[in-house]
Amino acid sequence: MEVNEQIAIDHGLKKDEYKKICDLLKRTPNLTELGIFSAMWNEHCSYKSSRLHLKELPTKGKKVIQGPGENAGVIDIEDGDAIVFKIESHNHPSFIEPYQGAATGVGGIMRDVFTMGARPIANLNSIHFGSPQHKKTKNLLRGVVHGIGGYGNCMGVPTIAGQTSFDSSYNGNILVNAMTLGLVKKDKIFYSKAAGLNKPVIYVGSKTGRDGIHGASMASASFDEKIEEKKPTVQVGDPFTEKLLLEACLELMAGDSIIAIQDMGAAGLTSSSIEMASKGNLGIELNLDKVPCRETKMTPYEIMLSESQERMLIVLENGKENLAKKIFDKWNLDFAVIGKTTNTKNIELFFDKKQVAKIPVNTLVENSPMYDRKWKKSKLPKKNKFEKEVFSNLKIKDVLQKVLSNQNICSKEWIWQQYDHTVMGDTIQKPGGDSGVVRVHGTEKAVAATVDSSAVYCWAHPLTGGKQVVAESWRNLISVGATPIAITNCLNFGSPENEDNMGEFVECVRGIGEASKYLEFPVVSGNVSFYNQTKEVGIKPTPSIGGVGLIKNYKNMITMDFKEINNLVLIIGKTEGHIDQSLFARTILDEKNGPPPEINLFNEKNNGQSLLSLIEKDYIKSAHDISLGGLITAVSKMCIKGNKGIKIKRSKSLISEIEYLFSEDQGRYIIEIDPKNLKEVIKILNKNSVHHEELGIIIEKEMIINEKTKVTIDELKSYNTNWLTNFMST
Amino acid sequence: MKSSVITFPGSNCDRDMDVALKKFGFKNKMVWHDDNELPKSDLVVLPGGFSYGDYLRCGSMAAKSKIMQSIINFAKSGGLVMGICNGFQILVETGLVPGVLLRNKYLEFICKNVFVKIDNKDNQYFKNLDKDVFEFHIAHNEGNYFCTNDQLKEIQDNNQVAIYYCNGDGNTDEKYNPNGSLNNIAGIFNKKKNVLGMMPHPERMIDKSLSGEDGSFFFKNLLNNIK
Repeated sequence: MEVNEQIAIDHGLKKDEYKKICDLLKRTPNLTELGIFSAMWNEHCSYKSSRLHLKELPTKGKKVIQGPGENAGVIDIEDGDAIVFKIESHNHPSFIEPYQGAATGVGGIMRDVFTMGARPIANLNSIHFGSPQHKKTKNLLRGVVHGIGGYGNCMGVPTIAGQTSFDSSYNGNILVNAMTLGLVKKDKIFYSKAAGLNKPVIYVGSKTGRDGIHGASMASASFDEKIEEKKPTVQVGDPFTEKLLLEACLELMAGDSIIAIQDMGAAGLTSSSIEMASKGNLGIELNLDKVPCRETKMTPYEIMLSESQERMLIVLENGKENLAKKIFDKWNLDFAVIGKTTNTKNIELFFDKKQVAKIPVNTLVENSPMYDRKWKKSKLPKKNKFEKEVFSNLKIKDVLQKVLSNQNICSKEWIWQQYDHTVMGDTIQKPGGDSGVVRVHGTEKAVAATVDSSAVYCWAHPLTGGKQVVAESWRNLISVGATPIAITNCLNFGSPENEDNMGEFVECVRGIGEASKYLEFPVVSGNVSFYNQTKEVGIKPTPSIGGVGLIKNYKNMITMDFKEINNLVLIIGKTEGHIDQSLFARTILDEKNGPPPEINLFNEKNNGQSLLSLIEKDYIKSAHDISLGGLITAVSKMCIKGNKGIKIKRSKSLISEIEYLFSEDQGRYIIEIDPKNLKEVIKILNKNSVHHEELGIIIEKEMIINEKTKVTIDELKSYNTNWLTNFMST
Repeated sequence: MKSSVITFPGSNCDRDMDVALKKFGFKNKMVWHDDNELPKSDLVVLPGGFSYGDYLRCGSMAAKSKIMQSIINFAKSGGLVMGICNGFQILVETGLVPGVLLRNKYLEFICKNVFVKIDNKDNQYFKNLDKDVFEFHIAHNEGNYFCTNDQLKEIQDNNQVAIYYCNGDGNTDEKYNPNGSLNNIAGIFNKKKNVLGMMPHPERMIDKSLSGEDGSFFFKNLLNNIK
């Protein structure tokens, strides 16, 4: 087939991009070459709309071993140990085929981590669905949860934390973001940079089939009514093969045979081979006849663009082929020498004894398009003025019931009970806490991880929202007693070609950058998912932040359950009564406008660090950060988990009771302390100029607010635990 | 005391079991499924996981692994063989213990703590335990035990039920049944009681910091019984 402009457009390329390809090659590309360009130049692989802005993110730090640009980020957790981690989206495929889409999302991110030599030790996920009333929501939720569980459970990696939300803006575009942490010795990290000439290029893992062809291109476009036709672009996962691939790779990595290794993820063999060559400033020659294929008569085009899962590309040291083959044979995996490194700086493909493609590597990578898209700055919305009667007419108990049973606050146990969260025998804080925590096997250390997003805040004011998500991640780590180290981000947005959506992206990224810089909480890996959009309607901007922190001695980990009757409960941080964009305002008052709560980074840092110092001194019995649903929601969860009540004092503050209980001011935590330490705790907080107040005292089985509102723990539990189970069983 | 944990392709609780056995004093060896010879062992454990990806039917392919012949011989000669979760599924596929394991009643994977009641202490696994109700952990998709009426009668006549799902007080009412298992059966013996298959994972309950410590009592006691 002769390539022309129309074929290029059908491949998702723009007219001027096609022209640029012809100029770079000084000729018309053939179909295979065009396919390769389209795979490398799509939004998903090239970051053409986002690169310019991502540069602003802080990516360095004392603990950062590897920042963005590799398969995953790497941080130092001392004693020669390192954590490899990353989050990635699999939104588009999960909407088309929820089970396989979610499953391969989990498989892909685990591969990114073990490609670097790390054994995966924890999975997390952030999943977002349309309105519960929408006809697709239930099936999508069930399919995604089964898919995540189906893959992660089989791999034997615990799923330790996550986040789920429902919002009508995801009706046509759900979000599935999967995150994995792996453990590696600092001196045994593997990278994707090829080096040396005439080194064998090895293909291992599953056979290549016709699944997932153009998956990355599909993920770089909006949806329309023909979405069902895109099913063949979704990959099919085989977690069993991936488990074998993991064990085989780690076995090979124990020796010194590997020069470079890269998993075949988005854009399959194309991007893996090109990335290795590009990083090594080399050429690469592949003989496609040698690629193990699952189906007959596959063309070079199909082989290069297949996104079949569970495959790796390795550049080996000369003479190590037999040793490597023996390992992959043991694990019943395909193994083939399919090419070699060259000094031509070209990617050259051979098939049936003919050269079928020859492209300079730099044209695909460095010369890929980069756009400075137009974007619109958002204004900070005006604050709402609520009449006093609006609040005084409400019954606290009724409001609390509605808030605790809201779909975005209620317990997500129905979901995480379907994920194996205890395999590997090191999970010391399971899902449902502020962060998931796993021990570093055989040591006293533990790693905490959390994944967060606040689409409503980001939608109301992207800059503030971006800062808020980072701050929330930081708080969730501190609440379990972990020192925050670094983050990974998954940036889910609408179309970058729309000025409003692009503006949301630019300002969220700025917010993330500002907060992570101030909190010394750098971004070490991530991915961008644009075009989460059906026709003209994009999702609410949803950056997901995955945070990782270290607990030096796991015995000092903090949980949120109230521990002991008569202990005192304090609030760290000031409650000012910011109601706009709170869950209360949006669901009880039906008020969707107004600015999100302000982020004061100085207070965030100061409050968080002060709490960590109290934890170090062993003053903290339980802790929980205050986020969605406000102070009373946070306290309710501590009561439910600890099966204990609290007597809440009348607040001295001037704001109304409703504002005090349900506002979502940031930078706040609830802590439980032994009364005998009160003086000491207050002294430290005062010394650090941290705002604090006494909330109340722990009592048996009842929550009493200002002596008039009484709610039993059983009532709190019934408000909070039933919504999701009921929803899924009807 | 010497133990062997078998690793099949897709096993994923093999390391956890190794850690648990060693913690309580066993000299454990990891044995590859494709080996012919079983090392000299006082206890053989088939660990949890997804051997062969649970494809075809859970445990069915692993039951035909090379090493299984020597394990079957070992069991027939009275050796202790314990199958946990996927290991239990493998055991029923070999026919060493009766019955089958179906998909969970609500068709969903379940990962949570459960209570189990020990029914029969006249065996090497449970004798000398000073309590009857244990808190263990389950994590499975196919743990719904089923057998024919005739088999059930035989099982009951021979006291082959090892553990039942129950509540913290040992009540074995149907509402404490997490997966639809016949009569709340969570684990079962062969006739001679030297082969034990059970869905719960004692190896995940060996530390205060984990989900609980009842697994520690089980392993410590097991070691003393074998000594």
